[in-house]
Amino acid sequence: MYSMTLHKVVCLPRLSRVAVCGGTHGNELSGVYLVRELLKEEKKAMEEEEEEEKPVSVVLVLSNPWAIQQCRRYVKTDLNRCFTHASLNGPLSDSAPYELIRSKELNTLLGPKGSPEAVDLVCDLHNTTANMGLCLIAYSDCDWICLHTFKHLQASTSKESYSLDSVGKHGFAMEIGPQPHGVVRSNIYTAMKFGVQHMLDWVRFFNSGFVDVFTMVKHIDYPRDSETHNIIAAIHPQLQDRDFCLLHPEDPLFQTFSGETLRYKGKEPLYPFFINECAYYEKGIALSLARKRRVMIPAIRVQTEQEQQASEQGFGSEEEE
Amino acid sequence: MSAYKNSVCFNEARRVAIFGGTHGNEMSGVTLVNLWVKNSAEIQRKGVETKPFIANPKAVEKCTRYVDTDLNRAFSPENLSAPGGDDLPYEVQRAQEINRIFGPKGSPEAYDVIFDLHNTTSNMGCTLILESSKDHFNLQMMNYIKKAITPASCLVLLNEHPLLKYSTSRSVAKHPVGLEVGPQPQGVLRSNIFEAMRVILKHALDFIELFNEGMEFPPCTVEVFWVSERIDYPRDANGNIIAMVHPNLQDCDWEPLNPGDPMFQTFDGKTIHYQGSGTVYPTFINEAAYYEKQQAFVTTRRETLVASAIRKA
Repeated sequence: MYSMTLHKVVCLPRLSRVAVCGGTHGNELSGVYLVRELLKEEKKAMEEEEEEEKPVSVVLVLSNPWAIQQCRRYVKTDLNRCFTHASLNGPLSDSAPYELIRSKELNTLLGPKGSPEAVDLVCDLHNTTANMGLCLIAYSDCDWICLHTFKHLQASTSKESYSLDSVGKHGFAMEIGPQPHGVVRSNIYTAMKFGVQHMLDWVRFFNSGFVDVFTMVKHIDYPRDSETHNIIAAIHPQLQDRDFCLLHPEDPLFQTFSGETLRYKGKEPLYPFFINECAYYEKGIALSLARKRRVMIPAIRVQTEQEQQASEQGFGSEEEE
Repeated sequence: MSAYKNSVCFNEARRVAIFGGTHGNEMSGVTLVNLWVKNSAEIQRKGVETKPFIANPKAVEKCTRYVDTDLNRAFSPENLSAPGGDDLPYEVQRAQEINRIFGPKGSPEAYDVIFDLHNTTSNMGCTLILESSKDHFNLQMMNYIKKAITPASCLVLLNEHPLLKYSTSRSVAKHPVGLEVGPQPQGVLRSNIFEAMRVILKHALDFIELFNEGMEFPPCTVEVFWVSERIDYPRDANGNIIAMVHPNLQDCDWEPLNPGDPMFQTFDGKTIHYQGSGTVYPTFINEAAYYEKQQAFVTTRRETLVASAIRKA
C-alpha cells in the first residue's frame, strides 16, 4: 500500500464519469471522426443491450457542431478560449457569438466548472499542423491524475485555464500532429484512437513514478514588417518539424524571404513546440518555448468508501492513512 | 528559317501574369506575389511585362480558400457573361474583373501566359498542370523546366478531360500554366515549399526570355500524367465519410496503384481495395479542399506526348 520511497500514497476519489470531446476546433478532423465512430459503437452496444455495470461512464461530445459542419476552426470566436469562470458566468446578450452560447451549453452538460457535479475527467481531442507527435497538454503541474496519464504538459498555474478541458475536475487536451486542418490521415486517426483507448484503460489503474514535463516559458512571433505588420520570414528549414528538439542560443530560427538567417538570441537553451501551427499565425505565435524538468509524482489509488465519507465529514486529511 | 520541319510558330510572349491567392489560404503563392508586388526585380525579363497579381484578395485577407464560391472553378462562359453585378457571388464578380484585365478569354487581346500558384496538402512535390495536350508552347516550357531542375523532379499533370476539366482563373490566358507544390497545410508557410516554387518560376521566366530572343526549341517528348477518374470517399446513406485514405496509399502520389491494392481504411479498421481493371497513378491524395468536392484522389494514366519544335514568329 505504501510506496517504498519517501512519498506517501495519495488517495483520490474514483473517476466515474469521463468526457471525450472532438471537434472543439471544427477543422481538426481526427477527433471529429473518432467521436462519431465511438458514438456509433455506443449506439450499437445499446441496441445489442450490452448494459453491464461499467466502472467508468464515457460521455462523447462533438463540441462545436457548427464549425464542424463548415470544417472551420470556429465560426465567430475560438471555442477553446471561452471557458474561464468569467465567460461562463457572464451575461448572455442577444448578439452573443455562437461559441459563447455553446460554451455555456457544454458547461451545463459537463460541469458546472468548479462544482461537485462536473465530470471527473475531460479529454479534449485536437490536431496540429506542427510536428509534435502525440502530446498531452494540461493547465496544471500538480494534478496527479493528469500527470499519471501523460508525458508533456503546458503549465499555467498562475493563470486560470480558458479551455474546455478545465470544465471537468481533471482535464487535458490530447494533441496529435502533424496533420493539415481539414484532412484526416489514417495513421494520425489510429494513433488518437489508441491514445484515447489507452487513457480510458488507465483510468481504472493508477500508477506511480516520475514524469518529464515541459513547462511553457514564452512564445515567439514571426518577424514582421513594421508598417504593414505582414510576416517577412518563415520558420527556418533547420527548425521546421523539430518540435521538442533542444534549441540552443544562435541556432537558426527564421529564414527571411531574401534568404537571410535569423537566429535564436535567448541565453537559455529551450525546447520549441507548436512550430508553425497554422492557427497560431493570427495569435502572433510562430513557435513556443519550454523548459524541461522532472516531476516526482506520488503513487495514487482510488479512495475507499470509508475514506470518502471521512473526507466529506472533514475528519483527517489526505495525508493521513 | 527553321532547322526543323513542322516547327510551330508562336508570337513572342510579351504579357505574362503570375497569380497568387487564387485560393486565399495557399500561402506560397500569396507570399511570393506580395513580395514581387513590392519589389519585382526577381521576375523582370527583357522584353516581357510580368505582372504579379493577387487573384482573390478577400479570401487572402480571411486566409480562407474562397468567400462565396471557388474562384478556380468560376471562369465558365456562363459566369463570365452573367448579368447581375453586385448581386453575383463575390468570386463570379472577381472572375469577370480578371477576365477584363487579363482577357477576354479566347480573344487575341488576352495575356500570353498566366502562371497560377497553388499549394496542396497532398504529397505531390512540384507539379506543373497542363490544360491542353496540343499546347506545344507549354509542353516545351515544361520540358525546359524539368531539365533545368534535374536531379530534382517536377511532374506534369494533364487535366484535359471532357467531364472533369474545370474553368480555372489561368484559363483566361492563351497559355495557362498551373503550379502546384505540396505537401503544405492550408494557411501555413513552409520555407522548403516556398523556395521550390520560386525556383520553378525562375526557370519558367528564363524560358520565356530565351524564346522571345529567338531561340528555337527542338522537338521533344514530355511524360505526362493524364487525369482519368475522380474517386470519392466511401460514404454512408446520409453522405457522411465512412473511411480514410489507407495508410499504404497516403502520401504515395504518382506511385502505381494496382487492382487489389489497399485504398481506404474504415474507421473501425477494415481495408477497402482498389477494384479497377488496370494499374493507375493516383494523385491529389487526401487534399483537404477536395472533401467537399467528393474527391479522395484522382487517378491518372502515364502517357508520353510529343512536342513539335517551336520558335517565335
